Amino acid sequence: MSTILLIEQLLNGLQSGLMLFLMAAGLTLVFGVMGLINLAHGSLYMVGAFACAGVAAATGSFWLGLAASIAAAAAAGAIVEVAVIRRLYARDHLDQVLATFALILIFSEGTRWLYGSFPLYLNVPPSLSGSVTLPGGIQYSLFRLAIIGAGLAVAVGLFLLIGKTRIGVQVRAGEADREMIAALGVDIRRLYTLVFALGAALAGMAGALVGTIQSVQVGMGEPVLILAFVVIVIGGIGSIKGALVGALLVGLTDTMGRVLLPSLFDLFMETSAATSVGAALASMAIYILMALVLVVRPGGLFGARA
Amino acid sequence: MSPVEQIPAAGSEPMAAAPARPSRATLVNAALGLGLLAFGLGAWAMGEVFMVTLATKVAILAIAGAGLNLVLGYGGLVSFGHAAYFGLGGYTAGILAHHALNYTPLFEWPFLFEGTTSMPVIWLTAMVIGALAAAAIGALSLRTTGVYFIMITLAFGQMIFYFAISWPAYGGEDGLPIYVRNGFPGLDTLDPLHFFGLVWAVLMAVLGGIAMLARSRFGLALQAARQNRQRLMAVGIRPGGVLLTAFVISGAITALAGALYADLNRFVSPSMLSWHLSGELLVFLILGGTGRLFAPLAGAGLYIALEHLLGGVSDHWQFFFGLLLLAVVLFARGGVIGFLAGGKRHG
Repeated sequence: MSTILLIEQLLNGLQSGLMLFLMAAGLTLVFGVMGLINLAHGSLYMVGAFACAGVAAATGSFWLGLAASIAAAAAAGAIVEVAVIRRLYARDHLDQVLATFALILIFSEGTRWLYGSFPLYLNVPPSLSGSVTLPGGIQYSLFRLAIIGAGLAVAVGLFLLIGKTRIGVQVRAGEADREMIAALGVDIRRLYTLVFALGAALAGMAGALVGTIQSVQVGMGEPVLILAFVVIVIGGIGSIKGALVGALLVGLTDTMGRVLLPSLFDLFMETSAATSVGAALASMAIYILMALVLVVRPGGLFGARA
Repeated sequence: MSPVEQIPAAGSEPMAAAPARPSRATLVNAALGLGLLAFGLGAWAMGEVFMVTLATKVAILAIAGAGLNLVLGYGGLVSFGHAAYFGLGGYTAGILAHHALNYTPLFEWPFLFEGTTSMPVIWLTAMVIGALAAAAIGALSLRTTGVYFIMITLAFGQMIFYFAISWPAYGGEDGLPIYVRNGFPGLDTLDPLHFFGLVWAVLMAVLGGIAMLARSRFGLALQAARQNRQRLMAVGIRPGGVLLTAFVISGAITALAGALYADLNRFVSPSMLSWHLSGELLVFLILGGTGRLFAPLAGAGLYIALEHLLGGVSDHWQFFFGLLLLAVVLFARGGVIGFLAGGKRHG
C-alpha cells in the first residue's frame, strides 16, 4: 500500500465525513430543539439533488443548480414542517417515526413519478473539473477538494451561527427549555420552521454535491440517513460538535476500513478469502465503532443525556 | 359497552371477556383469525391459487408483526430493526436447505452436519439464531432509551443487511434460491393449501402464546415497564431484564416468520433484511392498532390488500399509501381494531 493511495483515501474519508456532517447537523438540531426524530431528512437530501440536476440540465449552469438545490430543499422543509411535522412535536416517537416514514414513501414515489427510476448524472462545473497536484505529488480531484472546502466553510458558519448570533441564542435556549423561551416572547413556531428549513437546506446542499460525484436517483437519501443516525448516536444527540466529530469518525472509518481491512487480512489469509472477509468486515466497521461508543458512553461522545 | 370493559389495558383483552359474554375485542379477534382461514379456504375452493399464496403471505407477515408487537405494543420499545431477525430466519432456512440439497456439509466439527430440509428443525434453528442475535443487539440497545433506541436498532439492522450483501458465500446481493420447499412430516408443503394451513396454525399458536404470556406475571411486568419504569423498580423488578427477555422472545418469533417467508418464496435475499421491512412491520402494528393482540394480522391483511388493490390501479401505489398512512397517524389513532372493537388502550 503506497503512501499516496493512503493520503488519497484519507481525503476521500474527510470528504464523505463532511458531507455526512451536513446531514447530521440538521438532524441533530431538529432533535435537540424540537425533540423530533425525522426519517424524511434523507428525502430532503434527495430533493436537493434532483433540484440541482433539473436546474443544471435546464440552464447549463451547475452553480444555479446548487443554489436551486438549497432553495428547493429549504422550501420543501418549510412546507413539510408547517403541513405535517408541526403536528408531531407533542406526539410520541412511534408516531413521529411512522409519519416521517409515510413522508419518505410520498417523496420517493412522487419523485419516481416525475423523473422515472433511471439515475441522472450531473456534470462537474468546468472551473472545478480535472485534478490538482498536492504537495508530495498527489493527484487529487479538484471538485472533491472543493467539496471538502465547502463542508469546512459550512461547519465554521454553523458554529458561528449557533454560537454568536441572536438566532443561535434562541436555538440553544430552545434546546434547554422550550416553554421558557416561548414565555419570554420568542415566536417559537417561527423558530421551529426556521431550524427545520435550515437543516433541510444543509441536507439539500449535501445531496447536490454528493449527487454530482455519484448519481442522482430515487432512494439515494436512505443509506445516508442511516449513516447520519450512526453519526448522531456516536456524537451525542443535540450536539453540533458531536455531529462534526462523529461524522469525521464515521467517514474516515468507513473509507479506510474498505481500503485497509482486505490488505490486513491478506497478511495471513489467501487473497480471495481475505478480500471477501475484509469487505464483509469493512461494511460492518462503523456499526462496530458505534457499539464500542455505546458500551463506553451510552449518551454519545458529546451527549448531555443518555 | 360498559365502562368496566374499557379498563383492561393492552393484551388483557381476553380477560375482559367474562365467561358469559365475550367482549367486542374478542369477537373482532375471532372474526380476523377465522376470516383469514375462510379467505384461504374459499380462494382454494374457487381455484384462486394466487389468493391462497396471498393469504399465506398475510399470515407470515402477521407472525413477524406479532414478534414486534410483543416488544412494541406490550413493552413500549420502538424497535426499528426487526427486519434483522426476519432476514436471519430466512437465511437460516435458505442456508440449511442449500447445504442439504447440494450435499455439501455445513460443518464437520464437532459432528458432521449436512444441513436439513425438515421444517421443524429449520424453525427451531431459526428461532435460536434470532434469539441470539436479539440478545446481542438488545443487550447493547437497551442501554439507551427513546430516540436513541430507535436509531440504534435501525443501525444494527443495517449492519446485518450490509454484511449479507458483501458476504459472497450465500449469494451476496443476488440472494439464495431454495429449489424445493422444505418439508413438514405428514404434509405436502408444495401444495399451497397444505402450506397455508400450516402457516395459519403457526400464527394461531404464536398469537395464543403471546396472549398467555401477556397475562402471566412476566407479561404484567413487561406492560408495567412500558407504563412506569420507576414504579416497576419500586416493587422490586429490574425493567432491564424483563425488557431484554421480551426482546429475545420477540427476535425468535420474527425469525420463525422469516424462515416461513423464505419457504413461501423459495428464495432469500438481502431485501428481507432491509430497513423498509422494519418500517413495514411497524406500519402493520399502527394500522391494526398498537398493543392489540391481533393488530399484526389486521395490519398485515390491510397492507397486503391495499398493495394488491392500489397496485392494480397505479404503479405508484406507495405514494397514495404514504398519504393514507400519514392520515392514519395524524388523525385516526387506534387503528382498525381500535375502530372496530372500541375501548381505549391505556398508557
